[in-house]
Order: sequence, then structure tokens, then C-alpha cells
Amino acid sequence: MTTYRVAGKGRVDTGQPVTFTFDGKRFEGCAGDTVASALLANGVHLMGRSFKYHRPRGPVTAGSEEPNALIGTRRGAGQFEPNTRATVQEIWDGLETTSQNKFPNLKFDIGAINDFAYMLFSAGFYYKTFMWPKNFWHKVYEPFIRKAAGLGVSPTEEDPDTYASRNLHCDVLIVGAGPTGLAAARAAAVGGVNVVLIDENVECGGTLLSKPNAEINGMPSWDWLAAELVSLRSLGVKIMTRTTAIGYYHQNMIGMVEKLTDHLSDLPKDTPRERMWHVRAKQVILAQGALEKPLVFHGNDRPGVMLAGSAQTYLNRYGVLVGKRPVIITSHDSAWDAAFDLADAGADVRAIVDTRETVDEELQSQARMRGIGMKLSHTVTATSGRLRVSSIRVNPIDDGKAGDGLIIPCDALLMSGGWTPSLHLFSHTKGSLTWNEDQTTFLPKDTPEDCTIAGASRGLWGIENVLIDGASAGVKVAMALGKESQTRQHKVTHDRIGSGVSQIELPTDKSSGKAKAFVDFQNDVTAKDLRLAVREGMRSIEHVKRYTTNGMATDQGKMSNINGLNIAADALNKPQPQVGLTTFRPPYTPTTFGAFAGYHRGDHFEITRKTQIDSWAQENGAVFEPVGQWRRARYFPKRGEDMDTAVGRECRTTRAHVGIFDASTLGKIEVVGPDAVEFMNRMYTNPWTKLAAGRCRYGLLLGDDGFIRDDGVIGRMSQDCFHVTTTTGGAARVMNMMEDYLQTEWPDLDVWLTSTTENWSTIALNGPKAAKLLAPLVDGVELTEDAFPHMSCAECTVAGMPARLFRVSFTGEIGFEINVPAPMGRKLWETLWQAGQEHGITAYGTETMHVLRAEKGYIIVGQDTDGTVTPYDAGMGWAVAKTKKDFVGMRGLMRPDLVASNRRHLVGLLTEDGTKLEEGAQIVFDPHQAIPMTMVGHVTSSYHSDAMGRPIALALVECGQNRMGETVYIPMPDRTIAAKITSTVFFDPSNSRVKIPSGEML
Amino acid sequence: MTRFNAFNLLKNAVSSNKNWTEQWPDSQPKDEYDVVIVGAGGHGLGAAYYLAKEHGITNVAVIDKGWLGGGNTGRNTTIIRSNYLYDESAKLYDHSVDLWENLSQELNYNVMYSRRGVLMLAHNVHDVQSFSRHIHANRLNGVDNRWLTPQECKDYCPPLSISQHARYPVMGGALQERAGTARHDAVAWGYARGAAARGVDIIQNCAVTAIRRHPDGSVAGVETAKGFIKAKKVAVSAAGHTSVVMQTADVRLPLESYPLQALVSEPVKPIFPCVVMSNAVHAYISQSDKGELVIGSGTDQYTSYSQRGGLPLIEHTVAAITEIFPMFNRMRMLRKWGGIVDVTPDRSAIISKTPVPNLYVNCGWGTGGFKATPGAAHTFAWTIAKDTPHPINAPFTLERFQTGRLIDEAAAAAVAH
Ligand SMILES: Cc1cc2nc3c(=O)[nH]c(=O)nc-3n(C[C@H](O)[C@H](O)[C@H](O)COP(=O)(O)OP(=O)(O)OC[C@H]3O[C@@H](n4cnc5c(N)ncnc54)[C@H](O)[C@@H]3O)c2cc1C
Repeated sequence: MTTYRVAGKGRVDTGQPVTFTFDGKRFEGCAGDTVASALLANGVHLMGRSFKYHRPRGPVTAGSEEPNALIGTRRGAGQFEPNTRATVQEIWDGLETTSQNKFPNLKFDIGAINDFAYMLFSAGFYYKTFMWPKNFWHKVYEPFIRKAAGLGVSPTEEDPDTYASRNLHCDVLIVGAGPTGLAAARAAAVGGVNVVLIDENVECGGTLLSKPNAEINGMPSWDWLAAELVSLRSLGVKIMTRTTAIGYYHQNMIGMVEKLTDHLSDLPKDTPRERMWHVRAKQVILAQGALEKPLVFHGNDRPGVMLAGSAQTYLNRYGVLVGKRPVIITSHDSAWDAAFDLADAGADVRAIVDTRETVDEELQSQARMRGIGMKLSHTVTATSGRLRVSSIRVNPIDDGKAGDGLIIPCDALLMSGGWTPSLHLFSHTKGSLTWNEDQTTFLPKDTPEDCTIAGASRGLWGIENVLIDGASAGVKVAMALGKESQTRQHKVTHDRIGSGVSQIELPTDKSSGKAKAFVDFQNDVTAKDLRLAVREGMRSIEHVKRYTTNGMATDQGKMSNINGLNIAADALNKPQPQVGLTTFRPPYTPTTFGAFAGYHRGDHFEITRKTQIDSWAQENGAVFEPVGQWRRARYFPKRGEDMDTAVGRECRTTRAHVGIFDASTLGKIEVVGPDAVEFMNRMYTNPWTKLAAGRCRYGLLLGDDGFIRDDGVIGRMSQDCFHVTTTTGGAARVMNMMEDYLQTEWPDLDVWLTSTTENWSTIALNGPKAAKLLAPLVDGVELTEDAFPHMSCAECTVAGMPARLFRVSFTGEIGFEINVPAPMGRKLWETLWQAGQEHGITAYGTETMHVLRAEKGYIIVGQDTDGTVTPYDAGMGWAVAKTKKDFVGMRGLMRPDLVASNRRHLVGLLTEDGTKLEEGAQIVFDPHQAIPMTMVGHVTSSYHSDAMGRPIALALVECGQNRMGETVYIPMPDRTIAAKITSTVFFDPSNSRVKIPSGEML
Repeated sequence: MTRFNAFNLLKNAVSSNKNWTEQWPDSQPKDEYDVVIVGAGGHGLGAAYYLAKEHGITNVAVIDKGWLGGGNTGRNTTIIRSNYLYDESAKLYDHSVDLWENLSQELNYNVMYSRRGVLMLAHNVHDVQSFSRHIHANRLNGVDNRWLTPQECKDYCPPLSISQHARYPVMGGALQERAGTARHDAVAWGYARGAAARGVDIIQNCAVTAIRRHPDGSVAGVETAKGFIKAKKVAVSAAGHTSVVMQTADVRLPLESYPLQALVSEPVKPIFPCVVMSNAVHAYISQSDKGELVIGSGTDQYTSYSQRGGLPLIEHTVAAITEIFPMFNRMRMLRKWGGIVDVTPDRSAIISKTPVPNLYVNCGWGTGGFKATPGAAHTFAWTIAKDTPHPINAPFTLERFQTGRLIDEAAAAAVAH
């Protein structure tokens, strides 16, 4: 095989061979190669197929802006990723790569048949067709289109790699470590600020890596670079390579992704594959440089047609000649330099074709010196060669028209249409742009962020210019941070600044309708498509983009946007700014999902909150359920029990003896201060003024719309201190709501709110023997009906632990809730469990809690209410104070619809045939009506009740409270169930069981 | 307007596609219109189309501050479904789906309505209860929606992980097979083309700065970047900016505007056959015909008018997706963006007359109004033309926030104990 490696060139290590495979074939490259550079060194240009026409494609670039050379990369099981840019993927021993979007193989691809139907597949053709016959869309056309689309194939296995994330704070973040960024970093660091300098490439240097001939301050550029990096490090600059700034967010927050292992053959243990950095920088300097523009002409997409600057990079960075007989086609001086570099490295440069009439005399004489033929005022009108360019047709331009052509054989065609500043991140800041007619490009103007853009990113060319500009950006940010700094002098020789003209499509000798001059390579968008879009009324660049898909490929328009804009503007005969520039959207380059997810995978997807008693439940065989972020014990099955039998037993035992329940997940908020009672009066519907210290009360919280938001028992621990409990799921919401009111509506109130959910472990004891069990353990309160009646609370000690004890019941039995400092929770639980053995204690979970409370008609907010239920609907009008001036939701409650006569009320339901209803089932009055039926409510809770010996249900039913005893119907798919409306209280309606029998010996 | 058909396609292909004509002209404002619609999104353009087609009102302008379809219409994740809980919503969205099914033919523009099925996942007992309520209600309303077991979910959507070791294991799902997606731009363009062909002026890059009123309070016209335009009636469909526009007519709307973000992956060959939504973990996903995974998140935490959301929310969304579909962890995000959505207190839209005579509003679509585009536009046109509610949009009044007669679709998402 011929090799295209040039001895003595490049920064790769030719002494260190690396083997990898491409489509199953082994290739050898050097350490430091990318897949693209290694394949090019082996003479391979064909690396992929395009999206729509499946045209053969090779790399056009040498960087992250590559649209064509996309490959699948694979390391091992689960470690495959599609659409990797061959131009940035470093090779390592054993790397497997595959080409994409081809069948049966890359060299012969059936899909290329689309290429012949080119005229049919013009821009927007999808919108105009596939409509007849109608049902064909779903069955035939769409599946066909979908199959044709897409590039690579998705991974199908779980990813074994890990991903990390970190925060970083710095004074100055500099994005891009080319000459601009390097100079900026030094100037800022000398000023004494803390600097982070990043680059997406493997090494710093940017354009310098492709320009070894330049001399900076008397040193060859690579030596200067090496020395500069040493001194930056010694100044404390943090330098991060393989790190891409993907997005610029509010208040100078930058998201960055660092690649850690994709270049390694052997993975170090426990190293994440990528790391997402959240950076907050006081100042940001954007020094992302510029991107070279392709030229647009018929056949500009053939493998072997490449950007001239990229060819120069392949030569100088990788020591690879992309062709031995290249031709240059350009409208910019920079490609001449590329030609000279290639010629000096031994290439037989066949010609420099320049569209311009006049070119700098110095360049011409250099070409002459090297014996390179020049064709000024010429264009390329065609390329040929099936899988790699083998010749081109060059034509003189006369008055904008192409004259007679001349065929030049070649093995590469290097193009340059000039350079476009990289404005992506600047654009993320919502920075404004201004059109620069001289350079035919947008330049940055203002940004709302503390952001400076420097160097080629703002349209400055030449190393010396950008060094100076970078340095002054560094000084500027140092000064903005209150530090002094100075720019250094920079003198650069062999600095080629160059100029050029911008082109739309090059003149052609073909009928313009037939030319396939590509603008967006990957998506196969041609100049003709853009003009068609304009012809069809697409006048803004966003419309043109969306209609043609120009700029929507995985290079995100880096190759195509500006050419697309120039052509659209020409077609519209309007200046570019009036046609607009499409917004650049993050991420800057495609970014692995895993890097965004970071640590939030599997168990860590969202933290699992566990109570102090959770471990006991686990050891004792509990079945758990997720409730918000918490996991809670649902029931405690004994051997052989299913949920229903376990729950039946837990219910029975609790009602007959005593049950113990972990209520620690309940939200708890401490409301303290001289105005605490006023605050409570305003927040909750209930009156609080007369609640004595040492007593508690069921509190109901509404939204300002008058609907129930939360509930819970609230104890008045002292005159100015309330212990508020909330639902488990509502804890954060209630806290936020309280803070919101306190801070925005009632800042005058002297009240402090503290979330204490995690400060307390809360254990509920319920059952006829609860008092008997607990009394011996309590110090400081006498657990008699007189001394500590139902709805009392007190500070005391329980089993020697400081506690807040509540006498409350969510079961209808004698009940206590014991709060102890959280870490003591398990000890208290075990003490109670031990003490309970002689009383026949059972542990119970959320399911039993639900059944027991439903038997008593106690609601669960969010299950029996859904944000449309008022206290009156829920049968809890008693909880609404009648004489308070105001409380949250009071006005809402008075709205006409909330006091209308047809509201849905919470009622009990007993099925006539004794079946258990399905929660969520809908209720109708007339079961014989046709669909759509008039629904009058739904079943909110439904359980088998052990105490009642039958299923019970709660439901919201229209006017239910006025329909006691009436029959309603629940139409199920297979049959209709009849049920009778009853009170919500099924068990012990007189509430006699919560009393500790008087005279009971404790 | 050139009709799109096989003959014209071939004819034009042969002539190098040089004879296609513009789909809508670049209109400049006239002095006066019967109806001015503010906002050239799907809703505004659709209303203009139906005004012209069904009510014979063609002296209509649709005015947009940017380019047509550049608002949320061109930014959304295009999920279309109608399995809403309340009768009022079910009727409106089902009317919409009926229209979706024939929209390509109706407009002679392929909007690529893809009936690929929407699967909503349940991850906890509360989800199961809530879905069960939806499924029963939908069945009695004649709306398609059914329960799938975890294994059935997996069969329907093979990339799904139903591992019981997941942080929030899948407990089942609700599937609406009739639901799916459509091509958002095509909806705006198809309506624009159809409306323009019937004489409607579409005026782009012309911000409406104020609604002007007669001394008697009724609408006189709109002030715009291109001068005053007289109008007998003004209808506002400006999504996240509706409240700002309406304020100039002294109408205060109960809207909050939030950024809502979405993203796509790099394109891959077909791997994802349907749409999956998970409210519990806040993410939804489908695969576009181009091959990109299209992923949406919940709204950002804070109200804002800047079409630019934060990174943490996106991280959470992607984490949620890779949690449910672990095989996508090595896929790459290609781009992400945000739109400003207008959210009402009950999460249902407002399609309504207003206290100002001859001023109408269609807004409050929040995170889910794309699916309603044809149905809402269709009934809104009726309301504008006849100055009365359409039976289907009648419940979606502005007054309901005063009367309390809410259509609270968010309510069912309240969190349990
Ligand atoms: C990221 C994201 C994902 C979404 N996903 C879905 C989904 O999957 N399914 C779904 O059903 N819905 C979804 N939605 C919601 C959906 O996009 C919107 O509800 C719907 O598109 C609204 O359409 P519209 O025509 O009312 O608004 P828009 O399309 O936003 O149109 C409003 C227009 O008003 C113009 N305007 C504003 N102010 C003025 C002014 N002063 N003068 C002139 N013009 C003005 C704007 O420029 C804009 O073009 C999503 C939204 C977003 C942002």
C-alpha cells in the first residue's frame, strides 16, 4: 500500500505504531493520529455516505466541524457509539471503527440510487408528496422514509462506563488555546487572577499546530508554544485539553465536557469516560478562532475534496499528505500557503485555481518559484472519480460565466472560501452580531454577559494580530477584576495574514438546475435546494434552513450556515442581515448523554430518602414502595403471605391490640415567633388563636384558588411555637408556599420557618393497647384521658429520649405519635417493639395505614382530593374558621362555582354485590346511556376492609352528600357495578375508640 | 398556488424544479382588515385558514413579530394525543385528532401526522391510580386509551428498561394508539399556504406593539412596527407573549410564562417506534423521521421571557431518559433549545371572547398546545366569526378563573402521601 506519511513532518509519534480496524480491515497509524489522519496516511479518503443520496464521502476537515467522515466506534460490549467524527477520534490499539449509512458496503451502496432521483428529492419534497392514497402514509411511506433516514445505528446495550460531574469557580475562563487564548491567559494570569484555559483538542496551540514555519518573538512557533505552556503552568493557569465548552448559560455559567478515556487503549480503573464541568467564571474570554468555508461547486463533495487549511493541518500536525497530486481551488490567500506547504513536503501541486482576477504578487512569485501552475479568474465546474476524485474540470470565468473547460487529473482537490469567525458560544449568550460587508461575515457586537471575544473569533487574522488582541483581552479582564496587567510585545515573522473574497456558488458551465453543488454535505443540501426554497417563498434564513435542512446536520451548520446565508441572500436579492442568521444552539459539538446524566444513574438517578427505621423494615422483610423520593415500607408479609393477607392481619392486629408505624417521612415545619399564631391563622383555614399550648389540631391548607393543597396535625408546643406536620409528598411544597407568603405578602410578620422533616424520627402507635404499652416508658406526662386527652401534645422523654409526644389518631384507635431526634429513631422503635411483644404488637406499612384511615373516612390529600376539591366537598367544612378575617384561599372559596349546588362531594361507596371497586373507576347515574357518557365522579380509594368484613370505597360524586342511600353505577369494560352512597365513616362512627377508657390502669 | 400532486412533482422535477411558485407571498399591511390575528404560529395561521375557508372571511391579516412558525410551533416536540381526563378537554383534543387525521389532504401539504402511539409510563402507585382514572374516563368518553403491563410496555417499545431494580421501576403504562407526532413546520407552512391562497395576508417581521380601542372600549386596530392597522376584530394567539400584548388592551390574563426546553440527539436508524412520556421522572421522547431522538423536559423553575433555559434541567431530563432507556447513554445530544410557554392556573387553555368587544384570545396552551392546533384554530375561527363560543371551546373561557369553573388537568398530577 502506498503511504502518504511524510517523514519529518507532524507531531505524531512515528516510532509508536497503533493498529485499529475500519470496516473489519486492519490499519496502522501512529500514536497521536486521529482515525481520519491514520486512514488518510493509508490513502483512504472514502469514510462514509451522505444522508439523503448516499453519496460517497471523505473528510472535508481535520476537526470537530467535520460533516462527512462519521463512523461507528467500538471498544467492547456496550461500548459502541455511532456518528463519531473520524477527524477527532484518536486511535488506540484495538479500536474498532465502522462506516455508516451504507448497504451492502461502503464502496457499493444500494441507497445511492436516490442520487439518480435527485430532481425528485429536491428541497421540501416530503411536504408535497406521500399523501395519496391516504392510508399509505402510515403503512408504506413513513416506514420507508424512516428507514432511509438516520446515519449510524443506535447502541443497543447498556453502557458500562461511568460519567462524572464537577463544579469549578474561577476568575477567568478562556475558551480556546490557540494564539489568542494563550496570549489572553498569560496577560490575565500575570495580573494575578486565577485562570482556566481550555481547548477541545488533544493539545493546546490551535492554529499554531498547523503553522510550524511561523516564528514568534524569534522562536519557531512550536518552541514558543512549548515554552509558553510551561510558563503559563508556572503562573498557575489551569490548562484543560480534550475539553469542550458546550454551552454558555446565564450569569457566566459555562458547561464543559472533558473526555477522559476515549483515546486510551487500556482503561485505568475507576476513571469516568467523560466529566461534565459546571463552571462559574467571573469573566469569560472566547477565543474559539475561525472556521474555513468550503466552496460551492458541482461535485464539491467527492472524497478527496477537502478544505485547504485542513490539508495543511493533516500535513503539519499529522505528517500526512492528503494527496500527492493536489489541485487548489480558492478565493482566499490562505489556500496558497497550504499549497506551498504541500509542495514543500513533496506533493506535486498540479495547479492553484483562484476565482479572483488578481492575487498578491508575492504569492504568485512563490508559486512560480515552486513551479506551480496558476489559473486566476478560473473556476472548477466538475469533479470525477467514483470513490475518490481523479480529475477536475477547470474553466476560465468571463463576466461571471464559465468558459471552455480543461481537465486536470489529480488525487485531491483543496478548497478555501475564506474564514468565518466562530460565534457559537457568543451567540448562546444572546449576544448581538453585526454584519461586516468587507469580510462578508457576521462579527460579534454586544453581549449581556461578562464576556470578551477576541482574536479570529472577532474577525482578526494573522498570528501577530491575534496575539496582540488576546493579550489585550487578558489585560481587560484582569482590570475588570481589579488587577493590573500589561500586554507584551509580540513579533511574528512568516505570518501570513491573507485576504480573500467571499463566493456564492462558483460559476458553472452546467445548466444551473443540474449542478450538484453541495452546501450542507451531510444532509445533501445543494445551492439549488436553497434557491428553490427561496423561490417557494421561504424568505428568512430560518425558513430556508428548515425547508432544506441546511445547517441541521451534526456539524450544526459549521460548514454550511454562512454559505447557505450568502446564497439565500443572493437569491432574495437582499443584504444578509435582512435574511438573518440562524441561532446557534448548544451544545457546541454533539455531547454524550451520559455526560449530562453524570452520576445520576441507577440508584443515584435521584437520591432515595430513607428513614432511620428503614433498616429495621428491611431486616424484617418489608415490601417497599416509592413515595416521592422516599421509600416507605408498604407492608410486612410473614412467610407465605401476599399483600392482601398481610394487610388484613396488620389491620386486625392493630384494631385488636396495637400497631407500630414509621411516620418519619411526614413533612415537619417549625413555625416560631411572636407572630406565629397570626401566621398560622393566615395560612391555614382553621382558627389557631384559642388553641392552647399543649394541644393540637387538624389543619387544612388551601391554595389561593380555594382548593385543598395539604393537611396535617399541628401542635402548639408553646405560645409562639407550632409544630406543623404536612403530607410526605407536600413537605417541600408547603414550606415553599409558606416562605413565599412570608417573604412577599407578609414581610411584616415576625416569624421564622424551619424545615425539620429530617430532624425528627416519628413513630405512630395505634390500637387499644397503645397507651398501656407507652405509659411505662414516658416521663413527664401522665397518659390518662384527663391528663393527656386526645389531641394533646407535650415535650417529655420516652424511653429516656427527649421527645415530642402527640396524642393523635389516623386510625380511629387510641393513637400516639412520638417524635424523637432522628438518630434515635431506630432505638425507640426497637424499645417499643420489645415492649409491645406482650401486647401482641404488629408493625404495619403504608397500605394498612391507608385501609385503617379509609375505614374512618380520613382523606389522603392527592388521592381523595385532586386540586379541585374544597373543604366543603370533602365534608370538612368544620375545619374552615367562620369568623377569621382572612386566610389563604378564602376569596377563592367564595367563587360562584365553588359554592355551586352541583359540586362533587366525597362520600363512601358500598358495592351491592360486594366486589371491590377499582380506584380511578368512573361513576354514572344512568348506566344505560350511550358513549360518551355523562360521568358524575370517580372512585378515589378502595380497599378490602377487615373490620367491616367487606370492600369499602371513597368516591367523589356529584351532590353526593345529598344523595345518601342512592345507587350509582360504575361501568367497567366487562360489566356495570352498582354501589350505594354512604357516609365516609365506615367504622366506629361515634369515635368511641379513641378514648382511653376511664379508670383503666396504666 | 400550485397544487402538490404526483403530476406536478414529476413535471417540475423534469424542469429542474424551476417552476415552483411561492407558497405564500410576502405581504405588506393594508390599511384595514376585517380581522387581524396577532401571532403567526400554528394557532394563528390555522384560525386565519378556517376563517377564510369555513366562514368566508378573507380580509384577514396574520401578523408576527418574527417569521411565521418561529415561536413554539417551530420549537415543540410535536406530541399529539387526546387522552385527557376531563370531558371538556377530551372533546377538544379529540376534535383536534379528528382533524389531524385528514390534515395533509385538507391542506394539500404533508404534515406527516404519524399515528405511532403515545405510551405514558407509571412509576408509582399514585401514577397507577391516576392513569386508571384517565383510562376509565377516556373509555366512557369514547377516547382510545388502555393499560399495558410492564412487559406489554416493553413489547410496544423495545428500548424501554422494565428492570425492577430501577430507581423508579415501570409499573405499567397507558397507551393511546391513535396518538402520535406530526411535522411542526409543515403545520405552520401548510396553514399559511392554505390561508394565503384564500386571500389572507401574512405579515412577518412586524411586531404588534399595542391594541388600540375606540372610545366605547371596543377594538379599533393594532399598532405595529409598520404603523397602525385598522381592524374590526382582533384575535391574539401569541403564546408566551400573549399576556404582554393583551395588557395593552387592559386585559389582564392569568398567565405565567416559563422557558420549556427540548433537545435532539444525533440521527440514527429507526430504533424507537412510538412516543413515551414519563411524568414521574419528567421526560418524554420519540424519534423523528430524520432519525433524531426528540426529547422534552419539564418547564424551568423560574418564569422568564428569554428563550434560553438552564443546564441543570437538561441534565435532569437526559438522566431521566437514560434511566428509562439505558441503551441511549452513549448517544449524543445534537442541539437543545427553549421556547416560552404560557401557563394558566389550571393548565388548560383559554379560547375566548374577552371583556373588550371584538377582541378574542386563544392562549394558555403551556407545554401542550401543538396537538390542539387544528381543533383550537378551527373553533377559535368560529368564535371570531360569530362572536360566540363554539360548543367545544365554550368551557375554555376567561371567566372561569373568576367563577372557579376550572378544567384542572394538572390536578390529577397532585402528589400522594
Ligand atoms: C420545547 C417545547 C416543547 C413542546 N412540546 C409539545 C408537545 O410535545 N406537544 C404539544 O402539543 N405541545 C408542545 N409544546 C407546546 C406547543 O408548542 C405550543 O402550545 C403551541 O405550539 C402554541 O402554538 P401557538 O400558535 O399558540 O404559538 P406560537 O407558535 O408560539 O406562535 C405565537 C406567535 O406569536 C408571535 N408574537 C408574539 N408576540 C407578538 C407581538 N407582539 N406581535 C406579533 N407577533 C407576536 C410570536 O413571534 C409567535 O410566532 C411545546 C412547547 C415547547 C416550547
